[in-house]
Amino acid sequence: MTAVQGFLAAIGAAVLGLCAATGRLAIFAASATSHVFRPPWYPGELGGQLMRIGYYSLPVVGLTAFFTGAALALQIYIGGSRFNAESVVPSIVAIGMVRELGPVLGGLMVAGRVSASIAAELGTMRVTEQIDALTTLSTNPHKYLVAPRLLAATLAMPLLAFVGDVIGILGGYAVGTARLGFNGATYVRNTWDFLTTADISSGLWKAAVFGFIIALMGCYQGYHSGRGAQGVGRATTNAVVSASILILAANYLLNEIFFAA
Amino acid sequence: MTGTPKIEMRGVEKAFGRNRVLRGVDLTVAKGESLVVIGGSGTGKSVTIKTIIGLVEPDAGDILVDGVSILGARGAKRDALLERFGMLFQGGALFDSMPVWRNVAFRLLQGRMKRPAAEAREIAVEKLRRVGLKPEVADLYPAELSGGMQKRVGLARAIAAEPEIIFFDEPTAGLDPIMATVINQLIRSLVSEIGATAITITHDMRSVREIADRVAMIHEGKVQWCGPVGDIENSGDAALDQFIHGRGEGPIEAVR
Repeated sequence: MTAVQGFLAAIGAAVLGLCAATGRLAIFAASATSHVFRPPWYPGELGGQLMRIGYYSLPVVGLTAFFTGAALALQIYIGGSRFNAESVVPSIVAIGMVRELGPVLGGLMVAGRVSASIAAELGTMRVTEQIDALTTLSTNPHKYLVAPRLLAATLAMPLLAFVGDVIGILGGYAVGTARLGFNGATYVRNTWDFLTTADISSGLWKAAVFGFIIALMGCYQGYHSGRGAQGVGRATTNAVVSASILILAANYLLNEIFFAA
Repeated sequence: MTGTPKIEMRGVEKAFGRNRVLRGVDLTVAKGESLVVIGGSGTGKSVTIKTIIGLVEPDAGDILVDGVSILGARGAKRDALLERFGMLFQGGALFDSMPVWRNVAFRLLQGRMKRPAAEAREIAVEKLRRVGLKPEVADLYPAELSGGMQKRVGLARAIAAEPEIIFFDEPTAGLDPIMATVINQLIRSLVSEIGATAITITHDMRSVREIADRVAMIHEGKVQWCGPVGDIENSGDAALDQFIHGRGEGPIEAVR
């Protein structure tokens, strides 16, 4: 085989590998999603995951949103002052947080926290044969482990994004009133006057999709973890990286859809 | 052997990539019999029982339980089949997130065998006692137990729902000699008292002699020798002879 043929063969193998991996992920996602809607359900597991994914992510999402809103207010003020449009700060902060930064940055932060945690937990369960043990105890691991995590993340992310939106706007309000000389009542009025239901709902839909992606990548990578500590470590890294990239790609696609609607 | 075997493997093959682990395993286990599978590390003993329980799908061959093929069983049929099985994993495979009693009673807390939590806990405590653990252990988490105790909890879980067929993967590995005897006696009593069919994987020749009715030796992906436990000393099989006496030289390569 010549060097050129070898190079082309390597490209071909990589493309085939990517197609196979995409197919495996799609089959896993379809199977896991179908189990969300088919009994038996495990409400105890779902409740536990809602707490772990939703409630315990609140500090991370809240702090991220607060500082993002505050920084956004400063940046928009600087930009706006070049056009004598400083008054747009409240509305742009609100729209920016609700439509884009709240769900995306919240999603990326939760991806780091939750995707990694799910991948590490399921990966360890795989390595220590706990997933096999579930099967021998007449319990489908997709139903018991994957479906509750998928559903919990899909439900929790919009709530987290909503809380993040409110805290982000609060961050902008704090900087706007304390640093930039805005009147508090005017800032709140300008925020509400320009914010539409579509702005809020588009952000929440995006958050739900991001939640699904976060749990899916954590579960998929953990479920197919390699052997030993190295295998679990690799699964954890892959979960965070793939979830983050898919969140950004899905964000663009969803923006196109909402833009066209 | 008379009548339909409880478990029958016919020409079962399994490869992982280029590694052909099982190369045509033929094995039968009668109802209420205790079969011990021996063989060198990495010869496919665990894969053999995982193919029976459905954790690994064979590439070729057939597996029958009570004369009925179980390959390809799905849904309710598979659930019903799994309810007849119990398995002790090599490392215990306990669920870290739940206390010991919930681990033991896992099968009794959901599905078709579901019972009230108090009753399930009572059964769990009784099974723990049978494997030599005190009731106080019930509320601890697996991480708080020693390796040997985890193994015994795994054993209690395997027998909690009193299955017809029980698989034991290295049941005495990591246990002290006294506890190993207790576990060997327990496995033996499960077979003689409740009529369970048992397949045990072990390297411990003392366990082989205490547990087995029959012994099967797997070598190079096939059953090298199979016969009553009383015949292993005079089998005339060089590989079996080398294995049971732990000799470095013989047909089994020391470097694998």
